[in-house]
Amino acid sequence: MKKLNTLFFGMLTILASGLSHAADTVASSVASAVAPASAVVAATPAAEVPLNWHAIIMFLLFVGVTLIITYWAATRTKTASDFYAAGRGVTGFQNGMAIAGDYMSAASFLGIAALVYMNGFYGLIFSVGWLVGWPIILFLVAERLRNLGKYTYADVVSFRLQQGPIRVMAAVSSLIVVIWYLIGQAVGAGQLLHTLVPQISYREAIVVVGALIIVYVTFGGMKATTWVQIIKAGLLLGGATLMAFGVMAHEGFSFEKLFSDAVAIHPKHLDIMKSVVPIGAKANPIESISLGLTLMFGTAGLPHILMRFFTVTDAKAARKSVLYGTCFIGFFYILTFIIGFGAIVLVANQPAYVADISKSILTLKGGGSMPAVYLSHAIGGDFFLGFIAAVAFATILAVVSGLTLAGASALSHDIYASVIKKGKASEKDEVWVSKMCVIGLGVIAVLLGIAFEKQNVAYIVALTFSIAACTNFPVLVLSIFWRGLTTRGAVMGGYTGIIGSIGLLIIGPTVWTKVLGMGPAIFPYDFPTFVVLPTVLIVAYIASVTDSSERGKKEREAYDAQLIRAETGLGAEAASVH
Amino acid sequence: MSLLIASKIQSHPKYLLLVSQRDTLSWTLSAIVFCMYFGFILLIAFAPGIITQPISDNSVVPLGMLLGVGVIIASAVLTGVYVFRANGTFDPIVEEIVREASK
Repeated sequence: MKKLNTLFFGMLTILASGLSHAADTVASSVASAVAPASAVVAATPAAEVPLNWHAIIMFLLFVGVTLIITYWAATRTKTASDFYAAGRGVTGFQNGMAIAGDYMSAASFLGIAALVYMNGFYGLIFSVGWLVGWPIILFLVAERLRNLGKYTYADVVSFRLQQGPIRVMAAVSSLIVVIWYLIGQAVGAGQLLHTLVPQISYREAIVVVGALIIVYVTFGGMKATTWVQIIKAGLLLGGATLMAFGVMAHEGFSFEKLFSDAVAIHPKHLDIMKSVVPIGAKANPIESISLGLTLMFGTAGLPHILMRFFTVTDAKAARKSVLYGTCFIGFFYILTFIIGFGAIVLVANQPAYVADISKSILTLKGGGSMPAVYLSHAIGGDFFLGFIAAVAFATILAVVSGLTLAGASALSHDIYASVIKKGKASEKDEVWVSKMCVIGLGVIAVLLGIAFEKQNVAYIVALTFSIAACTNFPVLVLSIFWRGLTTRGAVMGGYTGIIGSIGLLIIGPTVWTKVLGMGPAIFPYDFPTFVVLPTVLIVAYIASVTDSSERGKKEREAYDAQLIRAETGLGAEAASVH
Repeated sequence: MSLLIASKIQSHPKYLLLVSQRDTLSWTLSAIVFCMYFGFILLIAFAPGIITQPISDNSVVPLGMLLGVGVIIASAVLTGVYVFRANGTFDPIVEEIVREASK
């Protein structure tokens, strides 16, 4: 206890010094803005914007509350099951909220609103795609995952297959997904915070995120992560509901009026209701199909999402949590759609928000992800803007916590405890290694976030969702439902998914043409899932049925015992009682 | 889980029924969601004219918007259907099988 206190407050001191450094910068930039004559102010454009006190106070409030929760969680986190899975004591409703908090990233909040703002109807395709993975998770994996696994989805795949090769493959794919997802979140956090509070630099913003995550996850483990996600989901749903309500109130609660006003204001007018691709892009049926596959099955293969099912008490709670989660997320996506159209009506063509009104009435100050943020200002002034800004930041913290914990558990539980120590590591050592991995991943996220500041990171969604859809999802579903799957099939299928996704992305338009500047892409589609997913299934099938080894025979025989546990929950990891 | 209980469960007539019923429900509902969503995607890919036609003469709202929101709502409803069936039908059967096998 004493040790915990010392450590916890030690970390807080380090964090506070980081924050005070940021505050110094704020103070000095404010001072430089106030002291000299207006000529100097004009020379430093960043200082033109007054300090956004509402956002900072609300953000500090959120940080304060979450740190108190982290301290509370830390005193109750003793075993590995507490650390990775919150002692399996999370209820269905709580996990439903946490699922929503884990999944609804700032990218989907600000990103879908921005897509709708620029392209109208097209944004809805993403909303729908990001939701339809959830029923699939419920019908095929949620309960069976809870009954078969312990901390990671690799537990389930390696239930009757060989530990070493399966866990290495699963950890590799999990880590690629987690690290790239982290980069995307870190870059987003840096840009967002820097835009909202220009006195805080991009780097400082990322360091603050990294430091907070390390404190949350190393001390509070899954308990703190879960509560950060629950609070954030409540704030985000509440904030988005208020915004959508504000939009509808402005439009006399008529959808018809909202949409016709948006058509009248948007420079592309009726095209925003008629384009099924980004406005200006050429229609591409195969790309649309591949995007659809990627969004649907990618959701069902994200390691930080799958991990949430180990935190609930039993299969019944796992099942309920998906129902709650799906309702929250579906409601939220419908709100973002209203918010996007609301931004066309209330933000576009407003000199206060538009960068250069003579060039474009759509391009906003501060970049592409700002429509939702400015809409909050148009509806509720500085106070509401501050609230939404703090919510967006809380969103990033919650998603990054979940990701970091998922990455750390792949390293400590799959690689260290199961492969290196062959299941003989003590629980204490495993948790210790996990905490070190959290710190390591936090530092890596900060460094890569800084390194990728000026990079085009548009391919990150395609990359992470493609690997999840083409590796984690098919291997998991085959291991649960197909008796014939052997280690050879799972491993060869899995690596086909990883290498195929990455390879085709590199020679695809986003990376080959836009990032590397190598000219026309060799593989002409952004989303490779429509090629890779069937290939993975075929490879896993052929490699399994041609596997006549003694081990393969035993693995098929072990399916019966696995099926009994998956279906009845007999022998499943029990909730720990505190 | 002891081998004895496992063999009792495996020979329990209701166990095989449970597995086949639950699998049927899981895969049927998955197929419905998949077809619904890919119906939407295929219309977007190959028949954008249908997707983008207004729902009525004096409206700007395209049909696809109703379909998209419909897919979201239907997905939530189908998860509800599964949870309802699993709570009401499958859980009692599982309890019965486990109770009888543990005797």
